[in-house]
Parts: sequence; structure tokens; C-alpha cells
Amino acid sequence: MSQIQHQTVINQMKMKERVDSPWMDMWRRLRKQKLAMIGGFIILFFILLAFSAPLLTSYSYKAVELPSRFLPPFSEGHFLGTDDLGRDLFTRIIYGAQISLRVGFLAVIGSVIIGTFLGLLAGYYGKWVDMLISRIFDIMLAFPSILLAIAIVTILGRSLTNALIAIAIVNIPTYGRLVRSKVLTLKEEEFIIAAKAVGMKDSRIIYNHLLPNSMTPIIVQGTLGIATAIIETAALGFLGLGAEPPIPEWGTMLADSKDYIQLAPWTVIFPGVSIMLVVLGFNLFGDGLRDALDPKMKL
Amino acid sequence: MLAYTIRRLLMLIPVLIGMSLLVFSIIHLIPGDPAKTILGEKASPEVLENMREELGLNDPLLIQYKNYMLGLVQGDLGTSIRTKVPIAKEMKPYLAGTMELTFFAMAFALFIGVNAGILAAWKQNSWFDYMAMLIALIGVSMPVFWLGLMEQWVFAQNLHWLPSIGRSSIINPVHPISHFYIIDTILVGDFGGLLEVLKHLILPSIALGTIPMAIIARMTRSSMLEVMRSDYIRTAKAKGVKEFFLVYKHALKNAFIPILTVVGLQTGLLLGGAVLTETIFAWPGIGKYLYDAISIRDYPVIQSGILIIAFIFVMINLIVDLLYSAIDPRIRYR
Repeated sequence: MSQIQHQTVINQMKMKERVDSPWMDMWRRLRKQKLAMIGGFIILFFILLAFSAPLLTSYSYKAVELPSRFLPPFSEGHFLGTDDLGRDLFTRIIYGAQISLRVGFLAVIGSVIIGTFLGLLAGYYGKWVDMLISRIFDIMLAFPSILLAIAIVTILGRSLTNALIAIAIVNIPTYGRLVRSKVLTLKEEEFIIAAKAVGMKDSRIIYNHLLPNSMTPIIVQGTLGIATAIIETAALGFLGLGAEPPIPEWGTMLADSKDYIQLAPWTVIFPGVSIMLVVLGFNLFGDGLRDALDPKMKL
Repeated sequence: MLAYTIRRLLMLIPVLIGMSLLVFSIIHLIPGDPAKTILGEKASPEVLENMREELGLNDPLLIQYKNYMLGLVQGDLGTSIRTKVPIAKEMKPYLAGTMELTFFAMAFALFIGVNAGILAAWKQNSWFDYMAMLIALIGVSMPVFWLGLMEQWVFAQNLHWLPSIGRSSIINPVHPISHFYIIDTILVGDFGGLLEVLKHLILPSIALGTIPMAIIARMTRSSMLEVMRSDYIRTAKAKGVKEFFLVYKHALKNAFIPILTVVGLQTGLLLGGAVLTETIFAWPGIGKYLYDAISIRDYPVIQSGILIIAFIFVMINLIVDLLYSAIDPRIRYR
């Protein structure tokens, strides 16, 4: 190898060392995924809409104004038209974005925390702990998820908070199983065996070694999980088991306006398109994350 | 194979017991008095007491569970509060309705999904590939209930091509024998009725089948791409096997195993989605039955509806697992 080539290789290695933080690395790989970037933009767009809702509209999402009911889109002052009670649809959609995103995030955070905890316990301790936790997961997974959510809401009663709780509970096994299987493979790795050999405490092994090393699949699954959680919230709302009117949750809005579809199709089209776009955004972004972080899981 | 089947059946027992416990607890976990929740705050004490007696809520919890389990084993799913008819009897036609719908939804999802996936893999990076994967991406993100509403609006209300609600025409109702309307109309030779039944099936099947179709299409594509790169395919190609047979005969056989797993997982989604689809299309199935029960707080029906759907789901997964191990013997030795 010539002197110059040798020098370039060394320089390249130096450069690599400087930028090689795992987050930067992830971002670099993620940036190459066109679809993931589109998904990211969709998510960002809706987050911006949701946060700036009070700035973007002067209407209230619940102010009834019967004289101006069923105004078509692009009417004066009503960009997306109005619904059966004369409420501005654009206002309701962007406040709905707040609700969907919040419920989606919170539900996933809830299931991730509990699922990860249970998964770590089951994977690390094995034996009867694993038996017990895995059987509970099996039983929960024996129910189609929306059905289990329906069961929980029937017990707790109808409200947006209860829908959130139901969705969080229903998705616990997804993350629990993921973490458990990851821990099972990690347990055989030398660094964990070494940690045990030097007498490190279980809690330290779990939180300092197992947890950080199981994060990648959780981040990927969590991103895709937000999409599922948003659809499930809307589904519960549509079935009359989620947010109560006048809360502008998208699924509840669809249920309210479905009888007017012939008269005012826009009241059905826009909430539905919103759900689909946000869910598409999270699906695209999640798929991209998976390809960037975990090439083995590539679909 | 027998040992695996037995092991798989034994694993089912704790799951089934857990399921029954969970469903049993629904009525007991309601905060406050279930009888009051069902009948409302204004109900008189005697009426409330009667309701408690009817639901067996006055017995000790263990006795209640024992009675519940004894009933279940004998096929007794309790009695509907609204209609006073035994649920097991009332549910049969609904069960057939749901099975007919999910069957057609799955058939749609498999037929379109597998073929689109194969073609996309075959003509990788062609415009067809891009279009199919774009549609699949959108399909995965589609809320079933909204798709259903849109279908009704476009194809039933505006174009008048297809009926928007129900299982058969009201003017010429199907005489139920097995409650599977396709079979019933064929049995009596009523082919006009059969056509009507099929027409009623189209929109709800598409709504329900879209998400599984999209997932199957993506899975088929990636699975086919992997198989198409393997040595035996190249050998077959070198020996001059026609491309059509290469793809549909040689490659598909091996690509089908992961597809089958996805199909098994999707049935859960399908059964869950049935609640939403049936509600929109006023389809007399278990989902609609359950939905109606929720709105009037008919708890025994809610419990049994959920239990039956979960039971079907568990059984389908069992069948898929067994099929899976029959196709690929390596599974048994995990």
C-alpha cells in the first residue's frame, strides 16, 4: 500500500471515530431511507398542526353554530367546511391531531414501560417467573387486540382516558415478548456472563446492561406501535367506546358524521384521511427505522 | 408429528382457562354494582335484587366461577338479558355470518395479496412493483371502519352497483338451513338468491380484507425475493424451466411458509376487524351482536361474544401451527 493511500485510510478512520455516536450513525442511515423521511415529514407536519392549533384557528372545537351547518369545504372562513352542528371542521381536525398523537404516544409509553419491565424479569430470571409472565402474555394474545380493548373499556366505562388505558394494556405483551426474547439471547453473551462472574448485582445487570442493549427493537416496535395505538383509539371512538362528544377525536367524529355522508361527505372524508395519513407516517418512519437499525428484521 | 400435536394441545389448556377467567371477571370488575350498571340508577331495589339473582352474583365468587365453567363445558353461554334467549342458541346464525364474511375477506386478501406480491417480486423495481407496494403501504395504514364507509358511499349510495347493508336482499330473504347463506341458497337451487348473497359479500369482504391483503402482499414479495436468489432457482433457470413455472411452482412452494404464518396472525386482526366491519355494514354476525350488546350493557352477551371470538382465534392459530409444522418439519424440533 502506498504512503498516500495509507494516509487516507488513517484519515478516514479518524473521521469515522469522531462522528460515530450511535445516534448520529442511526440518523445517517435513516436519512438514506426516502420513505422514512416522507413518514417523518408527515409526523412532523401533524405535530406542528397539533401544537399550533390555537394559533391556526380562532374557532372553538365545540362551539355550535347551527345557521352555518354543513358548509362545504373552501367556504368563507371555513377551509374544510363545517359539520352537522356548524362547527369548523379544520379546527376539529387539528385539535383531533392533538388528541390522537397524545393518546398514541402515551399508550405506547405505558405499554413499553410495563412490557419492558415484565420482559426483563421473564427473560433474566427464567423458571417460574418466565412461566407466569409468558402464560399471561399468551392469554392476552389469545384475544384479538381490539376485542380485549373493548372488554377493558366495558369494565372501566366509556372515556378517552379509559380507552388510552385499554390500548396501553392490550399492547403490553408485544413489547414484553420482544424484550424477553432479546434478553434470552443477550444472557448468553460474554459480557453478561462476565458481569455475573464478577458478582455484579442483578438489578445493575438488568438496568445497565440488558436494558440498553434491548432498546433498538423497542424503539422500532414502539414507533410502529404508535400507528396501531392511533388506529385503535379511533376504532374505539368509532364504536362509541372512546372519547365522548364534543371531544374532537377522529374516530368519534367519524361515528357522529357517518349518517350525513350523502349530504356532507367532507365531514367523513377529512377525519378518515387524517387518521390514515398519521398512521401511514408512523408506519413509514417505523419501517425505515427498522431497516436502519436492525437490518436483520427487514421485511 | 403426533407428539408435537399433543404438546401443542396441552399448551392450550392454561390459555383456555386464563381466557375463561378473564372473560368471567368482566362483570365482576365493573366498579360498583353490576346490576345497577345494567339497569340504571333509577331501578327499584327488588328489580336490582332479581337481576343479581339472575346473574348469580349473590353466590360466593368461587361457586360462581365453578358454575360458569360447568356451563361453558356443556356449551351453555348464559342467557341474554335483553332477549331472554340462551346465548348459545341465539349466536349460531351470527357465528355463521361472521365465518362467511371472514372467509371471503381472507380469500380476497390471499388471492390479491399473494399474486400482487409474486408479480412485484418477479418484476422487481418495475412500475408494477412500485405501485403495488405503494398501495400495500396505504392499505396497511387504512382504518377499516373508514374504508367501509367510503365504499358504501361510492359503490352503494352513489353508483348503486352493490348493496350497502345486510347479508341478503330484504325482498327475497334466504331461507336459513345452515345459516351459511352461500350454502343455503345452493341447497335450494336459488341462484338468484346466491347472486344477491355474493353481491352483499363484496364490499364488507374488501373492507375487512384490505389490511391483511396489504400485509400478505409485502410478506410475499420479500419472501419471494429471498427464494428467487437461491441456488436451486438458478439451477432450474439454467435448465430452461419456463419463468412462469419457476415463479409459481418452484419458488412459491418455499416462499409460502412465512406467508402462512402471517395468514395465521392476520386472522386475529380479521376477527377484531369484523366487529367494526359488521357494525358499518349492518352484517348480522358476532361482531354486530357484540356491538349491540355493548350499547345496552347486555353483559352475558358481551362476555360470551368476546369468549367465542377469542376461542375461534385460538383454534385458527392452532390449525396454522399444525399446518406449519406439517409443511416444514424443522418447526417441530424447536
